Amino acid sequence: MNYRDLPSMPVAAQSTESITTGDWRTIRPVLNKDLCDRCYHCWAFCPDVSVIVEEEGSFPKVDLNHCKGCGICSTECSKQAITMVREDL
Amino acid sequence: MTDFQFPLPKEEYMYPGHSACPGCGEPISMRMLLKALGPDTIMNVPAGCCAVIPGVWPTYSLKIPLIDHAFECTGAVSSGIRAALDHFGKEDVTVVGWAGDGGTADIGLQSLSGAVDRGTDMLYIMYDNEAYMNTGNQCSSATPCGANTTTTPGGKSHQRTKKDVMKMMIANGIVYGASLNPAFPEDFMEKVVTAKGIRGPKFLHILSPCPSGWKFDPRNTIKIARLATETGVFPLYEYRNGETIFTKDLKNRKPLEEYLRLQGRFKHLSQADVEGMQRVLDESIQKLLKEE
Ligand SMILES: Cc1ncc(C[n+]2csc(CCOP(=O)(O)OP(=O)(O)O)c2C)c(N)n1
Ligand code: SF4
Ligand code: SF4
Ligand code: SF4
Ligand SMILES: [Mg+2]
Repeated sequence: MNYRDLPSMPVAAQSTESITTGDWRTIRPVLNKDLCDRCYHCWAFCPDVSVIVEEEGSFPKVDLNHCKGCGICSTECSKQAITMVREDL
Repeated sequence: MTDFQFPLPKEEYMYPGHSACPGCGEPISMRMLLKALGPDTIMNVPAGCCAVIPGVWPTYSLKIPLIDHAFECTGAVSSGIRAALDHFGKEDVTVVGWAGDGGTADIGLQSLSGAVDRGTDMLYIMYDNEAYMNTGNQCSSATPCGANTTTTPGGKSHQRTKKDVMKMMIANGIVYGASLNPAFPEDFMEKVVTAKGIRGPKFLHILSPCPSGWKFDPRNTIKIARLATETGVFPLYEYRNGETIFTKDLKNRKPLEEYLRLQGRFKHLSQADVEGMQRVLDESIQKLLKEE
């Protein structure tokens, strides 16, 4: 990028979605649907907006492009439905 | 048909891909706050982790406008945004000044005090990770006694205290004050909605566990936040019309040790230190309960 391509004012106009923070991850959340009761606590506490619930009643999914693998969803799940699994590094 | 209910409003005002460390408590609270306030909100932030969470320029993680400014002037910038909004007749827009404990209890204190004195209609947030974390964990006046930081390697001296900014703000003239903890989303959301409905200067104190500085496994962020309230370290209350009301039980508390032992910043404390700290905590809570 050339400096001429930058906006004339220091205004940020591009969303952080283009940044793949999923690359930071060393462990990954894996859901066991048999245990999940769709309470969505994992969704409520995810610091990285990376638990996706497509519609009410559906099982949560993880956005692996952005999930940093903190493990909060796993700790906060009262059904122990999320296990953290090591990534192949 | 399912009867499952989302624990929070579904609308998102934050994008993924922001720059907080894995498991940081701050974006959890920022996301909840915005869910409670909705889109008619303008935020201003000083230097601190609060300035990197909205994203690294030219990217941006929020769906509301934000001004990023110098470290010491959160209160002054909130006053300025309010004045501009009032000029254009936009009274229904909420102005949020969101600053760290260093940016509030230390360097931004005079600016905040000025804004409260002017009666600025704003929601001032002190997210408290109990040190200067963005620069690598230096002690602030809001660091608790006993905690290790790079400038208090043996733990912050017990001769010092954790500055009670809420008390200062009450004396300064806020119309609403509350302590918030992201581990209690319902209590959190209710307080933000209440604050939004009141005109004038409002001050919220949010506990913000920091895995990097407090030295704990990031999977325990919410667990530790919850323990802070359950042990009485971070009582949840609401201040309004000269009265303080506790919104979570303070009488039946878990042992302080459960909170301390999960965090590396308290690792050096001996059993006698922990017992001493439990006594100090019990005394201060007895005092609080009498004042209520
Ligand atoms: C006037 C000034 N002094 C020092 C700094 C360097 N600085 C940037 S962020 C920061 C720490 C902020 O601490 P706090 O307000 O508690 O927020 P946190 O980083 O913990 O989220 C410091 C010292 C600065 N940006 N400006
Ligand atoms: S917290 Fe656990 S049980 Fe609840 S929706 Fe998430 S995975 Fe399912
Ligand atoms: S591991 Fe952390 S970032 Fe990933 S989905 Fe769970 S809570 Fe979100
Ligand atoms: S240093 Fe602490 S407060 Fe700052 S982003 Fe990292 S975890 Fe969050
Ligand atoms: Mg801080």
